[in-house]
Amino acid sequence: MDFVCDDAFLERYSRHILLPEVGVAGQLRIRRAKVLVVGAGGLGSPAALYLAAAGVGVLGVADADVVDLSNLQRQILHATPDIGAPKVASAARRIRALNPDVEVVTHAQYLTAANIADVVSRYDFVVEGVDNFPSKYLVNDACVLAGVPFSMGGILQFVGQTMTVLPGETACYRCVMGEPPTGKIPTCASAGVFGAIAGMLGSIQAAEALKHITGAGRPLLDALLCFDAAAMDFMKSPVRRDPACRVCGAHGDIRTLSDVAGPVCAGARRACAPDAPKTP
Amino acid sequence: MAVHQIDITRDCCPLTYVKVKARLYALETGDVLEVLLKGGEPLENVPATAVRDGHAVLGVESRGGGIHLVRIRK
Repeated sequence: MDFVCDDAFLERYSRHILLPEVGVAGQLRIRRAKVLVVGAGGLGSPAALYLAAAGVGVLGVADADVVDLSNLQRQILHATPDIGAPKVASAARRIRALNPDVEVVTHAQYLTAANIADVVSRYDFVVEGVDNFPSKYLVNDACVLAGVPFSMGGILQFVGQTMTVLPGETACYRCVMGEPPTGKIPTCASAGVFGAIAGMLGSIQAAEALKHITGAGRPLLDALLCFDAAAMDFMKSPVRRDPACRVCGAHGDIRTLSDVAGPVCAGARRACAPDAPKTP
Repeated sequence: MAVHQIDITRDCCPLTYVKVKARLYALETGDVLEVLLKGGEPLENVPATAVRDGHAVLGVESRGGGIHLVRIRK
């Protein structure tokens, strides 16, 4: 029987087990789950920490960067002594300290059209927390083509946005946003970001992953959640699949991955502007 | 139908009910779990939470010394 009545297991996860929506069965599903966090930055930090705390069986962390002093205002996986170290190394150390039950798999290479399909197909769910549009579209397209459910997230200044995608069943990022933006786009590095909103959004993404794994609640499907932490306004907008979507549409032309050339950015404000999402 | 037993007299909330819930999870529907527990918080919360989770409390009896036996059917 796939059940270990171990007191430490019951105590560590007692607050989950007590929830009727999770229970013992849900906690065992979490233990069997494999989740990949792409980007060990502002969003990936809280997401990975909550997934680790929840006892996800295998937690992949993909990031090719090293820790920079300017990261520490919001990237809570990393600490001051980690400056200069690979982000996946400090992430793995922090996650193992938090919960030794979790098997951490580090992917220290840049995810590209050549290697991302192999990586995402090893996981049950992907949390996207990257800081540029080409990578966002690459993660979206790779997960859609591999059929791996995922959560997209973006933050800029005081604004955050997120959606969850069941490939082939619900609207993907490309259905909602259309083609990657071109031209000069504000980034966290140029426009700034209010550090605590990384925690707000990354935590939502972790909750979405855990809801998908356990079956608890209703995931953020066919919906785009945006918030403006300056006024603390939250808005959930319905979105629909685009029949002409280039990756998940019936006649889509993207059937293999290719790197999308474009500016490196992390825009959430543009996408959250009322007229920006390509909503039906 | 099988009868199983668990002693949670040394445990504190919330591990009391978590242990009961985990045992119930592993049982067959219709099986009975006899839970030995202390009065006070465990006696108040364990049967009530079992009912909330859809199980049936068949009875509660005192075993003396502040210890009680609660019979729960899955």
